[in-house]
Amino acid sequence: MRRRPIFLISVLCFGFAFFYIPILSMIVYSFNGSRLATVWGGFSTKWYVSLFSNRQVGAALLLSLKIALISATMATILGTMAGIALARFRRFKGRLFFSGMVTAPLIMPDVITGISSLMLFILMAEWIGWPATRGFTTITLAHITFSMVYVTTIVQSRLISAERDIEEAAMDLGSKPWQVLWDITLPVIFPAILSGWLLAFTISLDEVVITSFTTGPGNTTLPLLIWSKVKLGVTPDINALATIIVLVVGIGVVIAGWLMNRAEKQRDRDARLAYRANE
Amino acid sequence: MQDPFVRIEGVSKLFGAFQAVRDVNLTVGKGEIFALLGGSGCGKTTLLRMLAGFEEPSAGRIFLDGQDMTGVPPWERPVHMMFQSYALFPHMSVEKNVAYGLKHERMTKAEREERVRAMLDLVQLTQFAHRKPHQISGGQRQRVALARALARQPKLLLLDEPLAALDKKLREQTQFELMSIQERTGVTFIVVTHDQEEAMTLADRIAVMDKGQVRQSGTPTDIYEYPNSRFVAGFIGSITSFDGRVTAVEGEVSRVDVPGLGTEIVARSVAGAASGQAVTVALRPEKVTLTRDRLEGPNAIAGEIKDIAYFGKDSLYRVTLPSGQLIAVHGVNAKRAEAGRPDWHDKVWLSFDPAAAILLTE
Amino acid sequence: MAAGRHSRLSEWFNRRGWSDIIISAPYIWLLLFFLLPFLIVIVIAMSVATRTPSAPPFGYGGDNPVLNFAGYARFFEDELYLRALVTSIINAFVAMILCLLIGYPMALGLTRMQSNWRNILLMLIILPFWTSFLLRVYAWMGMMGKSSWFNRLLTDIWNMVTPEGWAVSSIPMMHSNFAVVLVMVYTYLPFMILPLYANLERLDPTLDEAAMDLGTRPFGVFWDVTLPQSIPGIIAGGLLVFIPASGELVIPTLVGDAGSPMIGRVISDEFSSSRDWPMASSIAVALLLLMVVPTMIYSHFQTKAEHKPENRP
Repeated sequence: MRRRPIFLISVLCFGFAFFYIPILSMIVYSFNGSRLATVWGGFSTKWYVSLFSNRQVGAALLLSLKIALISATMATILGTMAGIALARFRRFKGRLFFSGMVTAPLIMPDVITGISSLMLFILMAEWIGWPATRGFTTITLAHITFSMVYVTTIVQSRLISAERDIEEAAMDLGSKPWQVLWDITLPVIFPAILSGWLLAFTISLDEVVITSFTTGPGNTTLPLLIWSKVKLGVTPDINALATIIVLVVGIGVVIAGWLMNRAEKQRDRDARLAYRANE
Repeated sequence: MQDPFVRIEGVSKLFGAFQAVRDVNLTVGKGEIFALLGGSGCGKTTLLRMLAGFEEPSAGRIFLDGQDMTGVPPWERPVHMMFQSYALFPHMSVEKNVAYGLKHERMTKAEREERVRAMLDLVQLTQFAHRKPHQISGGQRQRVALARALARQPKLLLLDEPLAALDKKLREQTQFELMSIQERTGVTFIVVTHDQEEAMTLADRIAVMDKGQVRQSGTPTDIYEYPNSRFVAGFIGSITSFDGRVTAVEGEVSRVDVPGLGTEIVARSVAGAASGQAVTVALRPEKVTLTRDRLEGPNAIAGEIKDIAYFGKDSLYRVTLPSGQLIAVHGVNAKRAEAGRPDWHDKVWLSFDPAAAILLTE
Repeated sequence: MAAGRHSRLSEWFNRRGWSDIIISAPYIWLLLFFLLPFLIVIVIAMSVATRTPSAPPFGYGGDNPVLNFAGYARFFEDELYLRALVTSIINAFVAMILCLLIGYPMALGLTRMQSNWRNILLMLIILPFWTSFLLRVYAWMGMMGKSSWFNRLLTDIWNMVTPEGWAVSSIPMMHSNFAVVLVMVYTYLPFMILPLYANLERLDPTLDEAAMDLGTRPFGVFWDVTLPQSIPGIIAGGLLVFIPASGELVIPTLVGDAGSPMIGRVISDEFSSSRDWPMASSIAVALLLLMVVPTMIYSHFQTKAEHKPENRP
């Protein structure tokens, strides 16, 4: 006997309305014919046309993708190393300090990270002459730094929950530690590394505050472009851009959900196979 | 006994202040199945891990086939282990799992394939060669783990609770499979287990461990019939014990006075038993005869039946003694129930042979 | 035994040269690009502001005093900074409470759903995470503007239910702390729901049934059984909202009241507009000190949760 939790269901409905009405409103107004972003002036796709003919947007998107690709890859390499170091090496000099440095960027306010990175880059340019100008390099360096700790968190928790027996088994069968890492550890935690990369990629693609401090003239990423436009108020072509982004992400999430569902069904089939193998 | 193939000399292991293994001395003969038996936390697994090389002893040395194993890393030891969790590589097929250790061997591809086939044949898994570990049953996983550990033809195979993860029916069957595989391959087995029945069935010799120490080692018969301490006697099988004092030693037998029992107990003497010494007499339920009338012989105690647990082929009686103590007695139900079988609250006599009573000086 | 179980393994890992690379590469990286900038902030906070056009606008060492607390002194003297700090704390705190009030029933409702529905709804909660943060803030700018349909709807409702004298032509939502809190709740609500859900989902439903069986009514069950067990989730979710919200820059810049700014915006303005690096650095250090307390509470509860055996999956 369980009564229907009417209160909980109504809060859920309210919550989802709260989540999605602003986004839906944004999508509807992206087809608004009027120049005034908030007054309805008939259906039109002109903002999409103007968006696609805007070469600035294309260039910004390209730069964002380039930075996200490079920084996510570097962050994954460094973050995985740090995760392995923290989960597998019990004793090394400054371990506690290291684990503190890995958590601190997670709670550091963006403004402070942005300002301190900018100060560092300016002073580096003064002292050693590199990086001479701010732009692509400095943004990428800053992005690697703050996204690698997310990768570390994911990889570390996966490694801690992973059975260490299988690593010992490989060693017992004649593999030296680095072979164990290569043959066993990395393949087993690969899904975690992949999701770390994806997370690093999306946060780099989305980052605005740190980017705005570490960028230089002529290096406008997509979030920076949106930032500079949005600061001036609501403009219809941003609605169009937002709609496209929501659409792309939505499709991506649906595909990911479908893949996950398929993997789950495969697991069910495997379980049945294992059960039948009993007989 | 054969030449010691594995020799464990004064091995201790400390984890910080905690002494997991203390001063263990054991020898295992070639081709033997040796069991390390004990409850959880008794140090048996730590000892096994020191044999595999995952832990280094804090003191003492381990010799394998005459060679000192100190400082030899696990990947260079001719010792392989079957893990309690089986530790199969989840991303590799059954075949790849079995073949994994062979990549470190100098052998041709054909030889390697032949070896893998032979191993899968040995554990009867040829038809599952291409399945992943999660696609086979628990019993099959256990066999993959065994095949993988045996593939490199180790001198010594370590088995950590090999049957613990299997259900009861499968466990009995697998026990005999393990024994037959051991016989065919001739590899020395060291098995860690907490299950005394498993140890008794599988092993040629058993070491009973407690709190990091070996309390007794010997054949299953030695350990069951001639336990050297109350701990070992109680750990393997069940006992009823009486605390008393030796009143006289008369050659073969000692007389023990147990306060409140109403009679003395006559038990076979052991080394070190002297007159006036405090001892424990342990009795196993199946060694005591329960009758309505007093039997002739040295040991006869009166009692009253308090409880009967009827199992069909036999029954377990719990009998209250004059001292108030309860004793467990086994009775085989050789005849049908109608006539004369003892019932609740019956006055009965318990008797046993002096040789059946275990005298413990510890 | 568990303490030393894998010590041998790590010993060999450590003995090899390659393990030094695995440790030192990320270590050096973080020292260089995280710790060094942080130390620079601390040093600059104690330097003297200079107005040289080309060089970095601060003086340290040489003629300047090594320790200069002018920045910190001004922080306590000038009301603007303390007010900004207080505004930040209040905004973040209110946002946290509202997130809890909305997020708790949502998380609890999710655990009562059938599993296929539950997965879809969870995905819908996470989905906005993957879209741009900036655009989620922007979506509310469109909703709150004076001529937007949402504002007109609210205005009409207001005019309908209140006496005639109170009638307004539009509701002034934008550029206020109300707007800041609203958008914070909107963007940070998933941070509250997800840890709460993870916590509530693990609770044993038979405990509820046991309480009901012993004669407790549903709300009593919630109060006596569910709520006490979900306190770790409430603390985790609350801090995951409070910590980033108190240092927020984007939201107050876009929808906030320039007259009573939040601390993040003050730091950014001091740095970029006034080019006063020492002042900006002093405020940054003060903000970090403010964050140390909730962070320590958080990590305290995290370690406690990790050491509780029944929380292991």
